[in-house]
Amino acid sequence: MTSEQDIWSWLSDIPDPEIPVISLVDLGVVRGVEWASDHWVITLTPTYTGCPATTVINLSVDTALRDKGLENFVIKQQIAPPWTTYWISTAAHEKLRQYGIAPPSAAGGPTACPRCASGDLERISQYGSTPCKAQWRCRACLEPFDYFKCI
Amino acid sequence: MTTELFEYLLRLGDNSLVLGHRLSEWCGKSPILEEDIAISNTALDFIGQTQLWLGLAATVEGQGRSADDLAMLRDVWDFRNLLLVEQPNGNFGETIMRQYLFDAWHVLLLDGLTRSHHQEISAIAQKVVKEVRYHIERSRDLVIRLGDGTPVSHEKMQIALDRLWPYVREMFDVDPVEHTLIEQGLIPDTSTLRAAFDAEVLKTFATATLTLPSSNFAHLGGKSGKRHSEHLGHLLTQMQWLQRAYPGATW
Repeated sequence: MTSEQDIWSWLSDIPDPEIPVISLVDLGVVRGVEWASDHWVITLTPTYTGCPATTVINLSVDTALRDKGLENFVIKQQIAPPWTTYWISTAAHEKLRQYGIAPPSAAGGPTACPRCASGDLERISQYGSTPCKAQWRCRACLEPFDYFKCI
Repeated sequence: MTTELFEYLLRLGDNSLVLGHRLSEWCGKSPILEEDIAISNTALDFIGQTQLWLGLAATVEGQGRSADDLAMLRDVWDFRNLLLVEQPNGNFGETIMRQYLFDAWHVLLLDGLTRSHHQEISAIAQKVVKEVRYHIERSRDLVIRLGDGTPVSHEKMQIALDRLWPYVREMFDVDPVEHTLIEQGLIPDTSTLRAAFDAEVLKTFATATLTLPSSNFAHLGGKSGKRHSEHLGHLLTQMQWLQRAYPGATW
């Protein structure tokens, strides 16, 4: 018999399609795993409304659970309460930094360059390669880098 | 009530859809790479918002139509977007001015919609307003930089403002459809948002060294569907071409 913990642990092995160093659970998009009398309900929430990764995320969850032999489940979309970067786990912040992405910060911008740790930074654009990221540059090592926007 | 609610949700969805499509026309040919990325990201946000609003409209209508059906299979006279958002992109400055005028209203409207008694409207607004706060931060910044930039950029921004200002009043025009929904606490009274809008844009235009046009003339007829400009039909021929040529085509 599959337990709720089994499902959470399987989900935490599924990488985010655009930032594969963190998992869907790290990203905070898995909002619930519940047994509803005869089937499991997996509740997911989108990061940004137009993020193309949302479709891929649904598909990865579906595929991963079926690969584990689970069949009696449905994937439910939920938009309220809206996703926030505060749901990204602390462990994921470190993984993001090592990957070269400055983690979200309540200050509204990155605190240190993910490469050289300098705090001398400037914003290039509030928009980046994906809806969730902005482009910044380090004035010390001169490298541009992605910053995970705080929303 | 259902008729009015459906009508209003079409307005929200069509604003996002038409503006999102307009912005996507810049994809690959914006003045600089960062702006190309920013404009395309913004377009993507609007298309995402369209799916939510038109999805809810389709549910409220209850005729078995989907968000895609509403977006791709209606003609000009069925669209309920503001005249402002269907205006052509023009030069980059005009696109940014159109965006700023829309954003300044949009952020106030969504803030009001978060308090809607309709649970799903409130949920969508709470989600969307977070994205829209980023939109106005960028469009306001660019209006100031271009308005208070070189003589050439200043002149282009002043021309853009003169041309687009007559489309502002439609955003604050309350008609019977909105009256019904305001009374039920489903939507904010947009006419009460005008003071906050004026405060926002006047401050920005002062910093951007731009002058507000003195004329009070206003173009109306987009959100009621009575009189769209000729530009909407041309936009739809592009946007809906695939579904018209190959009905029912899917990925």
